[in-house]
Amino acid sequence: MSDMVGRYRECGAATKEGLELSFSASSIPLKQRWRNNGLSADFLADYVTTFFPRVENDPKSLARQQEIRGAVNYIANELLENAMKYSDEHLTQPISIKLVMEADSILFVESNATNAARGRAFQAFVTELATSDPTELYVTQLERGVETGGSGLGLITMVNDYGAQLGWKFDDLGDGAMRVTTQVLLEI
Amino acid sequence: MEIVVSGEQYSVEWDAPTRTAALKGILRLNGLEEYGPIARFLSSAVPEGKMTLDVRSLEFLNSSGIAMLSKFVIEIRNRKTVDLNVVGSTAISWQGKSLANLCKLMPSLKMEII
Ligand SMILES: Nc1ncnc2c1ncn2[C@@H]1O[C@H](COP(=O)(O)OP(=O)(O)O)[C@@H](O)[C@H]1O
Ligand SMILES: [Mg+2]
Repeated sequence: MSDMVGRYRECGAATKEGLELSFSASSIPLKQRWRNNGLSADFLADYVTTFFPRVENDPKSLARQQEIRGAVNYIANELLENAMKYSDEHLTQPISIKLVMEADSILFVESNATNAARGRAFQAFVTELATSDPTELYVTQLERGVETGGSGLGLITMVNDYGAQLGWKFDDLGDGAMRVTTQVLLEI
Repeated sequence: MEIVVSGEQYSVEWDAPTRTAALKGILRLNGLEEYGPIARFLSSAVPEGKMTLDVRSLEFLNSSGIAMLSKFVIEIRNRKTVDLNVVGSTAISWQGKSLANLCKLMPSLKMEII
């Protein structure tokens, strides 16, 4: 049984044009793997620019390309940071991120396994996010104690600053594990 | 101009005569803890009077960095002794998206995006 929160599109990611990266859980310490988030996000952002070519003598096309590149880089980096920080290293389950190109949007689908307690805390957080005013939640999160060492602004800024629509799916894997999938729809 | 904090992809530079702290490069540090050295420098740089935060050369900032800047702005607002200016660039995508949040946190902040 899956639980869904927000705008989750069950078959949104099917057969369309896209790109998927997948990482195996790793024995290398997080501190060393951290730079790979940036490398992957830069790569995904550059990849996407192909679909939004610069048109000669049209400065708007360059501005649009740069805006989309920046948004993809920011969102992909945040999703990858979360996957690295919050997936459970003891579960030998891969982390994946997929970009699906559509006519007027880009869909990001990130998936990782985590332990049930973290998964449930995540579900509670996103249920709050899906039903609150993101501007208010931005301020609330800043004032909230920092329990996780995180800032709690990653997902909120995607909604607030980039106008993205978010959705989540939570699947019980048994043995105290959960698979969490985050979708981010960016209209362009 | 003196480099006060730096890492593989970023630096924080301080110009004493103009009381300007410039963040440069790419900041993708893991969590507020890794932002500690930058946060501590910013909050101790100017006890009172004018201060400028220049992010024009900061190409990338992750959400932990946004949280660090937001907390800095809240601290300055609460202290009421520092007159803070923020200078950004229209050429850098995240700044157009996220810098405006700082004005919401501190309405008296002077923001210039050039
Ligand atoms: N991929 C994920 N797997 C498990 N939990 C997650 C995941 N992404 C986010 N979370 C949970 O949601 C919270 C909010 O995430 P986010 O907005 O990115 O802020 P931060 O990463 O700074 O904590 C995290 O603190 C974490 O508890
Ligand atoms: Mg995060």
